[in-house]
Amino acid sequence: MRRRIAIIIAAVLASALAAAGSAAPVSKPASKQANKPAASSEAKSNEFVTHYAYLGKAYREPAPLSLLKPAVIPDEGLAGVRLGTNYNNQAGKFLDLKYVLDETMLPEDGDVVAAAKKLLAAGEHLIIADLKAPDLLAVADLPEAKNAIILNIRARDDVLRQTQCRVDVFHLIPSNAMLTDALAQYLVWKKWTRWFLVRGQHPEDVEYANDITRSAELYGAKIVAERAYELQTGARRVDTGYQEIQTQMPMLTRGVPDYDVAFVADETNSFGLYLQYRTTDPRPVVGTDGLEATAWGAAYESYAAETLHDDFLKLANREITVRDYEGWLAASLLEMAVKQGSARNVDAIRKYISADSLKLAGYKGESMNFRAWDNQLRQPILLMDQLSLVSVSPQPGFLHPVYNTDTLGVDQPQSQCKFAK
Amino acid sequence: MKTAKPKRPHGRFAAMCLLLLMLAAPPAWSATLFVTNERGNTVTVLDSNTLKTIKTIPTGQRPRGVVASPDGKWVYVCVGDSNRIDVIEVAKLAVTRTLPSGADPELLALSNDGSRVYIANEDNSQVTVLEAMTGKVLAQIPVGSEPEGMRVSPDNQITVATSEGSSLVHFIDNKTLKLVATVLVGARPRVATFTPDGRYVWASSEVGGTVSVIDGLTHQVVQTINFAIPGMRAEFIQPVDIVMSKDGSQAFIALGPANHVAVVDTKTYKVSDYIVVGQRPWHMALSPDGSKLYVVNGFTNDVTVVDTKSLKPEVSVNVGRLPWGIAVVP
Repeated sequence: MRRRIAIIIAAVLASALAAAGSAAPVSKPASKQANKPAASSEAKSNEFVTHYAYLGKAYREPAPLSLLKPAVIPDEGLAGVRLGTNYNNQAGKFLDLKYVLDETMLPEDGDVVAAAKKLLAAGEHLIIADLKAPDLLAVADLPEAKNAIILNIRARDDVLRQTQCRVDVFHLIPSNAMLTDALAQYLVWKKWTRWFLVRGQHPEDVEYANDITRSAELYGAKIVAERAYELQTGARRVDTGYQEIQTQMPMLTRGVPDYDVAFVADETNSFGLYLQYRTTDPRPVVGTDGLEATAWGAAYESYAAETLHDDFLKLANREITVRDYEGWLAASLLEMAVKQGSARNVDAIRKYISADSLKLAGYKGESMNFRAWDNQLRQPILLMDQLSLVSVSPQPGFLHPVYNTDTLGVDQPQSQCKFAK
Repeated sequence: MKTAKPKRPHGRFAAMCLLLLMLAAPPAWSATLFVTNERGNTVTVLDSNTLKTIKTIPTGQRPRGVVASPDGKWVYVCVGDSNRIDVIEVAKLAVTRTLPSGADPELLALSNDGSRVYIANEDNSQVTVLEAMTGKVLAQIPVGSEPEGMRVSPDNQITVATSEGSSLVHFIDNKTLKLVATVLVGARPRVATFTPDGRYVWASSEVGGTVSVIDGLTHQVVQTINFAIPGMRAEFIQPVDIVMSKDGSQAFIALGPANHVAVVDTKTYKVSDYIVVGQRPWHMALSPDGSKLYVVNGFTNDVTVVDTKSLKPEVSVNVGRLPWGIAVVP
């Protein structure tokens, strides 16, 4: 009975909140609690409860070519947010703070807009979005989302930081431009400045290839040749399939002017992995395969990162991925704003996370904050192969007048982002 | 050399005599320095007079936190990846016993009589309390995530533990072995230490870039100390170890990738100096008389000796690979 009253109050509160706009509190007698099993999970009297939502979708994606990688990870991204929430509550129990994660994982054909509307109507203004760019924009552009805070943990598209930037979307995951710049700095430092660009044919591959070209121009590297891989991806398991690949890859890489590295843009796992050791000339592979630029990798262990790996493994029984890391980071960011900030409503949280004084910790050594001109999180970028950390960019000597990490990605003078006021 | 300056009128001869005297007279103290080498899986033992390596002692995997027993007989080393404490017998300069520590010990503290060991289990969100000689577990106290900094109060009543992941400083009652207070500080606190009078706890926030001063009676943060080095990016100023001068008038704070040690006046909380040391100083220790500060530089694989009167770095000596912590045995 009491629970039903709470739901009614929540509904009234939600409409009041919609009217009140951005001063909406993040603590509420949540209607979501109604389907939680036990009343014992309800807040203690002096406890401040923060609700945030995970919104994800099971997109159909090509399986990684390596058989060592799972073809599908149903809880990718979400598991990281869950771990972050566990951490948040571990700290929270000493501070009378509680965090409730409301999970929405949509099927492949799920209606993201409807799901987002439902969350917003229920007063969920803090949304961790594990969505691709079109869905992310559809959610961000909802009138109801005007005062929400949307944390992007998945979409690397540059356009989201440029012409399609949104004032309420904060990008935790680095942009593609940041990734190719991170690689470019390392390659220039190595004096490997002649690149052979090999790309797939999907739009994502073309975008990544454009970023490679942009980084080459920026850092004075030369793209000696560009080729597209034209064959369709086949089954990843084929008896004696290696023989076909062994002849295919030399064909793809034959007759290219002399180069230092093969820079591969294969966002859809079609062929990139197969380039290594099979190019006509003996050259290393970098890009989406080989030496990769990434925000996180399972083999990264500096700055106490091992703790995150261990705890994640215990929770999810698998290796942590970039999206899981970003999910953890998103939960950690919200907790920091609630714990360390001056007030605990959506407005105060936005102010806290937008400030230059934000010092977000992400196992990268230095503190991180957001670029004011496009809401992108500044961060060092890891350069890794499958088994080890090779380097961390920005590289020594690549300096910036304000933040060295602003040498990665689109800097303020070049930014095309104009936030609608 | 500092005494030579005011005596200038006595001329070159007097200065020569003084120099000879200084060479002939041994310092009033000598000590043995134990430096943990995180990558090397060793402890480098240095003589404080010669600053030469006496011995390199092999340990378990990933030696980090290190403390000496008050009687100077034992040196306790956290070997995190071996999930135990290696105990060096000072007389033999060898690991002669081990203690169970719980998972992944990072830093530890000893009670003032040396009978108890307080261990931060980084990977397990708890503090383990052991009997130092028997290894008997007295308590396992749940704290925030990634506990690291551990220190026992001068009166032996309280132990403070930081939890890096939760940005908390926990106060543990050493009688009941229960938490009595938890204080929120800046991001990723690594070390907490008491002022010599036991009244205040200073806690360093590595990513927050600050040091919080907590009143030990009210458990309130009464001061937050900021650092600024000309030409140094704020995000590279990452405070880790805090060492109080013998008389308690100054605090030395190692600033990690900023490659400096800050000197803070403990009355005014103003930073009075920044001392250049090696790369990535994390942990430090004082000589027995307080005249020297030993700063362990992780990236340059050395220890910088700083004179605490002149606040000048005097010399750096090589140790093992990725040195981390240091303990001084008089």
